[in-house]
Amino acid sequence: MLAFYRMLYPFKPIFKWLNHEQAPTKLFTHREFAFTLQGDVYLRYNSFNTADELKKQVCALNPTRFEIGPMYTAKPKDKKTVRPAAFSPLKRELVFDIDMTDYDSIRTCCSGAGICRRCWGFIAAAVDVIDSAITEQFGFKELLWVYSGRRGIHLWISDPEAMDLTDEQRKAIVGYLTVIEGGKEMRNKVNVRMGPRGPLPPSLQSAVNTLDNHFDDLILDDQDCFRSDEGWESLLQLIPDRKAVDTLRKNWSHASQRSSKGAWADLKKHMKDYPAVVDDIILQYTYPRLDTEVSKHRNHLLKAPFCVHPKTGRVCVPVDAKKIHKFDPSRVPTVHQLLRELDAGASADSAAGGSAWERTSLKPYVEMLERHNATISTRVRQDKIKQDKSW
Amino acid sequence: MYRSSEAQNSETPPGQVQNHSHKHKHSDPHTHLGDYPHRLNFYDKAPQFDVTLEEFEASALDRLRVLAEIESSIARNRTWEELKDMTTKQCRKYLCLDSNTARSIDWAAQRRKDHISHFVLRLAFCRSEELRRRFIKAETTLFKVRYELDDTEERRTFLSSLTFGWEEVNASEVKDVDKNFPEAEKLVNLVPVPPKYKDKPECYKGLYYKVKWTKVSELVEKRKVFLKGGYAYVPIWERDGIIFQEFETFLTGQLELTAKRLPRLDEDTRLVPILDNLSQGFLAGVSTEWASAPASGDEIRAEMIDDLAKNHFPMCMRNIHESLMRDRHLKHFGRLQYGLFLKVLGVSIEEAIVFWRKSFSGITDDKFNKEYKYNIRHSYGLEGKRANYPAKSCQQILVADKPGPSDCHGCPYRHFAPENLESALLSSYASHGLSSTDLPAIMHNVKEGHYHVACTRVFEITHASKGVKKGEGVGGGESITHPNQYAARSRELSGPSEGDARMEVES
Repeated sequence: MLAFYRMLYPFKPIFKWLNHEQAPTKLFTHREFAFTLQGDVYLRYNSFNTADELKKQVCALNPTRFEIGPMYTAKPKDKKTVRPAAFSPLKRELVFDIDMTDYDSIRTCCSGAGICRRCWGFIAAAVDVIDSAITEQFGFKELLWVYSGRRGIHLWISDPEAMDLTDEQRKAIVGYLTVIEGGKEMRNKVNVRMGPRGPLPPSLQSAVNTLDNHFDDLILDDQDCFRSDEGWESLLQLIPDRKAVDTLRKNWSHASQRSSKGAWADLKKHMKDYPAVVDDIILQYTYPRLDTEVSKHRNHLLKAPFCVHPKTGRVCVPVDAKKIHKFDPSRVPTVHQLLRELDAGASADSAAGGSAWERTSLKPYVEMLERHNATISTRVRQDKIKQDKSW
Repeated sequence: MYRSSEAQNSETPPGQVQNHSHKHKHSDPHTHLGDYPHRLNFYDKAPQFDVTLEEFEASALDRLRVLAEIESSIARNRTWEELKDMTTKQCRKYLCLDSNTARSIDWAAQRRKDHISHFVLRLAFCRSEELRRRFIKAETTLFKVRYELDDTEERRTFLSSLTFGWEEVNASEVKDVDKNFPEAEKLVNLVPVPPKYKDKPECYKGLYYKVKWTKVSELVEKRKVFLKGGYAYVPIWERDGIIFQEFETFLTGQLELTAKRLPRLDEDTRLVPILDNLSQGFLAGVSTEWASAPASGDEIRAEMIDDLAKNHFPMCMRNIHESLMRDRHLKHFGRLQYGLFLKVLGVSIEEAIVFWRKSFSGITDDKFNKEYKYNIRHSYGLEGKRANYPAKSCQQILVADKPGPSDCHGCPYRHFAPENLESALLSSYASHGLSSTDLPAIMHNVKEGHYHVACTRVFEITHASKGVKKGEGVGGGESITHPNQYAARSRELSGPSEGDARMEVES
């Protein structure tokens, strides 16, 4: 791990991403970092003046991972010396966390910590929906999607308006984007129509249109959710029409082996007059399930990009939302692989300049972050010009 | 005499609502109203005149009575209509505010009192986060009540005196923004619209307000507005939401400013005691927390909890308890809801750790000590900021931290599917006298959204053998508002006989 932090971890780009500018601002110096050391020791309220200081401390502690928090009103490392009232979170990227465990009740391929190429389809569908909602409806532009190293994905939004959101407003966004509600015991977890039997709000109607495409591939072909008895039984519980339920149950329990496709076609036929029921089912099976607590409060910590997941050894790399369907979590480089590449590269062209990550398969991912940083600095520059003119 | 302007004269920060023009604009028909042309006040200007000490204190006390009533109404989970009723009654007694059309009333004096009292209470309640939060909630509610009851015409002139930075957009323009946005004419038939708009098509014809979404975050959360590029398009009948939120935001900012400036007032020995007294009154007046301390003083031991759960716990806690026994694990909010409940029930920290350690039988000691023990000790105020956390009330359980797809906390009456609730009730309480003939009435309450009534009804049925009659609730007709209240009353009713049982366990 130490070698990874020393030679490969892109501290400079991470600094630029958090700081928005070249020279250190409060966005970096007043920012909380938390370290998780071996043996689950947890160190909170660290802060650093420069990227080098951060790197030095990371190399000294060699944490299993570290997390990024908000920018506070004072430097977090001075927390004990300032009045508690003068220490509160001020700005923070708007973050989202989608985790496969929330899909355990519907996915059939893995459960718990497991993830495979097939369940990634759920994440891909979620990214499609959230990405377009955030950019088109909320108008945010600076989105960075990061693979969490095992079974989930994080989104960091750096727009100034997003950084400034209050906890109340963050809660509002989460509420707006949350569709799946109710505990284990609630069968029909989707209840979002405008008025009883009304249409879906336009934002969700467009989500349904997006998800409709995924539904066939993901739920019917890949996951084959309605093949097993429990599978189609839980599907039937979502249908309000008793008569249709009875007919379908009779049909399906007699047929020995049915495909999910067939079941879905049957259901659609019976629900011809109730397109709302079909849409709600699509939402329940494929709409993003957000881990809401992370997004609601500014002071929540979230694992930094490019950390290594302790269980899988995979690096938390940025992901291009447009190519999310082609992304394969099992092909993300692991820390061992990178160090091997580095060794091999070192013998070949030891004289080559530049950062060490350029000689490994980490390169495209760091470059992705740097492209993201370039959009941020362009915005910062333009804002400055605007301010100058307003004088 | 105290010049109130001393402490507050420069309070309006730059960039806030600017509406000082109203004073002159509408002066014609209302010359006799002087400084107060409208019944409603956005409280954006501090009083700039002399106030006697007596008036200072008396007016504030009267307003406090109104706010306290609002707070307790919210705590008791009253419906909006009930709350409106109670508040209006209380207002008529202490803080009357009549419309311009009322005859032979001194409007100016009423409005002056309303104005002064609001600003005095700002001084009293700006001092801590907790006080500010409660004051803002109560004041915003009061504003809403008055706004709703205001005369339509007067409300219109009041609104036109304010500027919120919104932009009117008509239906055809909205279609240009996003073709999926429904026209107001169609939308009005789909969503529940206040009758005053429904009956008058000319009021809503094709009109939306365009405003930054952050200004209407409450409406965004409920998906009552349409979003595009960071702007919310608010149908006219939701416009009031913007005003309420603006009121709240404005007041929040002002209170923080006042808090910063308050130290300048500390020298004044006449005012500080009054203000202290006022803020105390608000705190002591209404308490929604269920106090701890088991009456008997007997210790509850870890091994007794299972038995207590079967005999005395409300449905929410039984559900969590059974999930815990079944899965040997609880997720975070389940642990929180149940852990605090047990604490207030009277389980000591030592016994709590024993109980949780035994219940989480699937994990190693090491993992338990590392990941859970801290949280248990934290909830007892022994770690972190060492706060004495109260157990969650029904209201908190009902609305905060809604259970996710695999959680078992929350209120079963609200968060269970009806069929599951019925079977859960029967399996939990059949041995205490609940039969399936009782279910329809209970389920009716649930369907109407009166979850606490359903819970109270279950309490009455399962304690009928102890002499509890229908409508009696937990004594004197009071409904369940807190799970600990349910458990405490239930244990109290079973009285000495249970005390004997406990003796046996201990001997």
